[in-house]
This record gives sequence, structure tokens and C-alpha cells, in this order.
Amino acid sequence: MATHTLSVLVENKPGVLTRVAALFARRGFNINSLAVGPTEHPAISRITAVVDVEDHPLEQVTKQLNKLINVLKVVELDGLEGSVQRDLLLVKVEADAASRGQVTQIAELFRAHIVDVSAETLIIEVTGTDSKLSALLTLLEPYGIRELVKSGTVGIGRGAKRITDRALERALE
Amino acid sequence: MTEPRPTVRSAAAATGLTGAQAIIRTLEALGVDVIFGIPGGTILPTYDPLYSSSIRHILVRHEQGAGHAATGYAASSGRVGVCLATSGPGATNLITALADANIDSVPLLAITGQVGAKAIGTDAFQEADIVGATMPLTKHSFLVKEASQIAAAISAAYHIAHTGRPGPVLVDITKSAQNELTDWAWPAKMELPGYNPVTKPRAKQVELAAAALRQAKRPVILAGGGIIRAGAGRDLVRLADQSGAPVVITLMSVGSIPDDHPANLGMGGMHGTVPAVAALQQADVILAIGSRFDDRLTGQLDSFAPGAKIIHADIDPAEIGKNVEVSIPIVGDAALVLADLNQQVAAWETKPAYTNWWKHLNDLRERYPAGYAQPSDGRLAPQLVIERLSALTAPDAIFVAGVGQHQMWAQQFLDISGGRRLLNSGGLGTMGYAVPAAMGAQVANPDRQVWAVDGDGCFQMTGHELVTCALNNIPVKVALINNSSLGMVRQWQTLFYGQRYSNTDLHTGDDTAMIPDFVKLAEAYGCAALRCTEARQIDEVIQQAGVITDRPVLIDFQVSRDAQVWPMIAGGASNNTIEYARGLAPTFERDEF
Repeated sequence: MATHTLSVLVENKPGVLTRVAALFARRGFNINSLAVGPTEHPAISRITAVVDVEDHPLEQVTKQLNKLINVLKVVELDGLEGSVQRDLLLVKVEADAASRGQVTQIAELFRAHIVDVSAETLIIEVTGTDSKLSALLTLLEPYGIRELVKSGTVGIGRGAKRITDRALERALE
Repeated sequence: MTEPRPTVRSAAAATGLTGAQAIIRTLEALGVDVIFGIPGGTILPTYDPLYSSSIRHILVRHEQGAGHAATGYAASSGRVGVCLATSGPGATNLITALADANIDSVPLLAITGQVGAKAIGTDAFQEADIVGATMPLTKHSFLVKEASQIAAAISAAYHIAHTGRPGPVLVDITKSAQNELTDWAWPAKMELPGYNPVTKPRAKQVELAAAALRQAKRPVILAGGGIIRAGAGRDLVRLADQSGAPVVITLMSVGSIPDDHPANLGMGGMHGTVPAVAALQQADVILAIGSRFDDRLTGQLDSFAPGAKIIHADIDPAEIGKNVEVSIPIVGDAALVLADLNQQVAAWETKPAYTNWWKHLNDLRERYPAGYAQPSDGRLAPQLVIERLSALTAPDAIFVAGVGQHQMWAQQFLDISGGRRLLNSGGLGTMGYAVPAAMGAQVANPDRQVWAVDGDGCFQMTGHELVTCALNNIPVKVALINNSSLGMVRQWQTLFYGQRYSNTDLHTGDDTAMIPDFVKLAEAYGCAALRCTEARQIDEVIQQAGVITDRPVLIDFQVSRDAQVWPMIAGGASNNTIEYARGLAPTFERDEF
């Protein structure tokens, strides 16, 4: 299996995320992560879906997504050379007076931010690729991770090109 | 693409209409002439303006009947079928018919009432999330909460239903939206930025396909139901005549090429003919048009057509490459694909004769013709009943099959020429389809004979719609192939479950408890009813039924329960394992030609 990242432009309407998510489930496609949010155009939302499939089923995923009436465009992002892909991680780590310094140092190495401090814990906020976040978590593990939350991956192609052009024009007709 | 309505009229704008009035005005403007439905709480506002509309409303007895009737209307005419139901159970009762239309690509517009916008999400009386429930079973759906959106939503739904790959579209409209006041203008502005079906095939792909066909030694044209939906039967016949290649049909494409056309090898798949199944298995090129490569056609996928290069033309890109690997994909409407192919083939300087191939196929035809065994219990052979029905009805009669053995016999023994003449629930296999779908077909074709060929099991699921037929001057005819059992399931029990007949006996034969007595039942429903128990009566009862035009008529044909459908490929098995009759495997090895 290979990991593919799809950018799906959809109409910003109620129920669209349900349609997309249900389609993945119904056709038996495995989603690693799904992130949805607004774009530069108020009528368009953008879903980033990371899926684990072979090339042939990927073509089916894309075609089935395109069949949904509210889907405007489906683009597979190039790998990390051709695109920027990021997750956001918030992690609550055990850190008392004795260990706080070391934990803070690890966070700095990863250009992470401390966004909350209590007597027993720190909350660290960090963005990065999946592998960077995993590396950070490995280092934090020994101190004790109390709670962890991660966004789905969001991604964008490198360079001057934009994927929204045609869809935008059509939506604005 | 299906045929549009004859007229989509322009209409004067109006102000201060209720949403309900806007619904009816929109339907009128779209040219809708018939709606099948049942009123109820949340759709009541719409039934008021409907009462004074020019649209004919046919009050069915169960919403599933409304859905299948709309399907029969659409499948027999090529126009969009329309059904109407209330919220909650009214809407959920439609679901089977929507799923059926979805998998068989039937253009349907379903309108349902919904609880008031403020009550949505509160588990109000008769509230059901029908948009959520039908997402995987419709081509698209809309939830309308404001009257101002009604015209646009219904227009868009109608447009989506009959363009591209046809399918059912549901519009769920809150009662509050039906009661609100709004302005109405025509045509309504549709906003469908993500919907742009491709209908015109790429010239390059068509050229490649024609070249592959020309170079083939053992070509087969696989005609799918898309050809019927596109009304492209004549183009298919032309391609067969011009190219000289044999044609295999599917359940959904019966009639696209006449059953008696020399190029027509018959239906492929589980209960297909030996020549058709062998042709697909041995082909070097398969040109498929508007077919889904359904598992009932392919059998075990790994051993399907092992030596064939597959050309697949379909209006739905997602069908191409879904089940079988495709060498030459063509996205386009079947009619346009066939027209372009015909243009290519017409330019061939020499025609390939496929001589050895035809010799082989004709030999298979001779050795394995369609036939059946006489039942040993002395009861009627169901196949004979259907043969006689075919012989005694007008060449434009429409037949609507239920699901099961009688459906397969209808395909095998009715002689069909011309599309939209044998309607089927192909993909979903919906028992109960026949009577309401025949009702819809009769409404769309008032001057033609419409026969439901139904089973005793199927009939008991939706036969009550004969009431609707009787009360609304819809004189359908029902040939009830009554074998007193769930016949196809029983056949599998005979073949694969050691004749353990678990729950397949229905006790409707005249040598059993005979509950119900279908003649009495049909009479109670306001129909004429006849019974036939002996072969010598068959012609007489069919002719008697033929002249009854003032009400529906049912014939209870008491047939043998041991009659079986052959040829057969066991479920999930390779098409190479086809048996011509029980235990009789045909030989069609490669070295024969």
C-alpha cells in the first residue's frame, strides 16, 4: 500500500463532508486522515484526505469522488518534494519543576511552542510532517504524555500554480 | 442521456405563492404530466395546489409502489418518473425503489415532505433523515428549508436525474418551506458547478477502439443497458451489421438488438446462453458499451474473458476499470459512442469476416439451443407459458418481469425486438418490482399492452397495487407464474443445499392450501382473473386476457415447482463452469476453432 494525499475542492454546503466521508466508508477505502476547512473563496471548502491505497483503487476513489455532485475538483498532491503537508499537534506532557527544563528544551529543538503551563504539565503546540511529529512524541514519551490531539494533514502544492482557478470560475458563474 | 420532456415551457413569473404552489408550478413548467404518490402530514400543503393542477396524480397504496411505478414510467418512456411521499415512513418506504432505480440508472425525481425547519433534529413526529438515509442510494439529494429555493432545487434535481448517467434524485422539502410565501420565476437558476457529465467521446479513443475491433480475430460487442437508456438500439444494430462482429446482450439491454437478429448470441452471464458465455470467455477483443461488468455477467472475475483486450465505453467514468481491467477506455453517451464507431467502421475498406469465429459460434448455437425439459409432475411448464405469451401478444407489447426464475424465463423465452420493451429490476433484484412498474409503464404507454410477468412470491410483496390500477383505469395484465414457492431460492436449495427446502414453500398451488387464492384475490382487487392449469388452456386464457381492456386482468398459471432455469453458472463460479442442463457441461474448448 502507498499513501496518497488528495485535495478535494467541494461546495461549501451542508452535508458535503458527510457525503465524502460516507463514500470512503461505503467503497471500502481506508482514510488515514481527513481535514476540512474554508478556502480563499467563501463558496468553496477544501478537504485534504490521506488514503492508503494501491494505484488502481486510488483511481476509483478519485472517480467516485468526482461523481459526487458537490465535488468541484480532486487533485492528488505530489509527495513532499512537490507539496507542503502539515499536521498540527497539541500534546499535554507531564513536566514538574524538575523536568520542565528538559521538556522545554526538546520542544525548542522541534521549533514547538509551549502554550500552557501548570504545576505538573506543559502543553506543547507543534506543526510539521507526520514523521516530525512522531519523532517529537518519541522523545516526549519518557516524561509521560497525558493527552494528545492531532489535526488531519492539510496540504498545498509548491510553486505558483493554484488548484482553485477553474473551479472558482465555475462556482462564480 | 435520456430523452428530455417533449416541452419545457416558459412560464410567467409570479409573486406571493406558497412554497407548495411553487412546487407544483415548477413541476408543471418542467412538463411533468404524472405523479405517483400518497399524501401525509408534511406533504399536505403540496397536495392542495396539486388538486387543481393539470398534472395527473395517481394515488398508490404504498410508497414503494409509487417509486417502482415512477421507474416503470421512466424505463418504458425514457422520460423522468416522478413520485411524491410524506416524511418519515412515507419517505423510508420509497427507499427500496430509489435504490433499485439507482443501480439500474433510471431517471427519477422523488419529492418528500419533511417536518418543519424548526423541528428538524428533534425526533419530531414522522421525522426521518431521508437525505442522510438515501445518500448512498441516490444520484443526489437536496434538503430544502426555504420556499425561495424550491424552484432551483427541483429544476436541478430534474436536470441531474436525466442527464449524464441517469439516476434517482430526491428533494426533501420542509413543511415550513411549503407554507412560506415566495416569488417564483422561470426558468429557475440552477447552480451545479461540480456537475459536468461528459457525453461526447474523444475521437482518438473511438479510433483506437475501431482499430482494435478490425484487428480482432474473435471480437464480441457487449451491449449493456446504457444503450437502452440512450435509445441507441438502432446504432447498435448498425454497428453489428457493419462490423460483422457478434453481439452479447445483458438483462438490461434486451431488445437493443432484436432477439432474432443473426448477430445476437443472447444474454451472457449466470443464466446466459452457451454461445454468449463462450464468446465472452474466448474473445480476444470485447467492446463493451454501457455495461457495468456486473458479477452476474462476469462470474468469478479472475477467470472472466482471460484472453480479451477490453474496450469499455460508458457515460460514467467510475464504471470504467471498476471491475475489469480496461485497455481502451471511452467516456461518453452510448448513442454518441456508437455513432462515432459506426462512422469509423463505415470507412473500413475491407470488412473482416471473422469466419472461423462465426463458424465456432454458430456450431455452439446449433449444439446448445434454448430449450427446456417437460416437467415430470404433469403440471404446466412455465417456459411454455412464456413462449405462448410472446407468440400471442402484439410486437409492441411491454413486459415487466419480477425477480427470480420467471424473470430469467421471461428473458429467455420472450421474443423481444426494440428497446424499453422488457423492464427488469436488474441490479438490485427487487422482488415486488413487476406490478407497480407495469402500472407506471401502462400509464406512460396507454395504447400498448403491458404485461407483468410475475411470480407468486414477488406478487405478494406489491400485488396490492392492482387496486390502484383498477381504480385509475390502468389495465395492466399479470401473467402469474405460480409455482407455489420462492422458485429461484428453491432451485438453489435443490442444487446446492441437498434439497432441504428451508422456507421456500408458499402454499399457493392448487394442490396445496392455496392461500391466497390469486383469482379470488385479484377479483377482490377489482380485476378480471383467470386460472390456467393445463397446457391446452394457455392460448385461450392469454387471448381472453388480451381483449379485456376496461380493467386489469390476472392469470394464475399453475406451473411445476420443479422447473429450473438453465443454463446456469453457480454463484461465484467461473463462467467456464457453465452447465447447459443439470450436470451437463458444454464443450467449447479453444482447439475447436
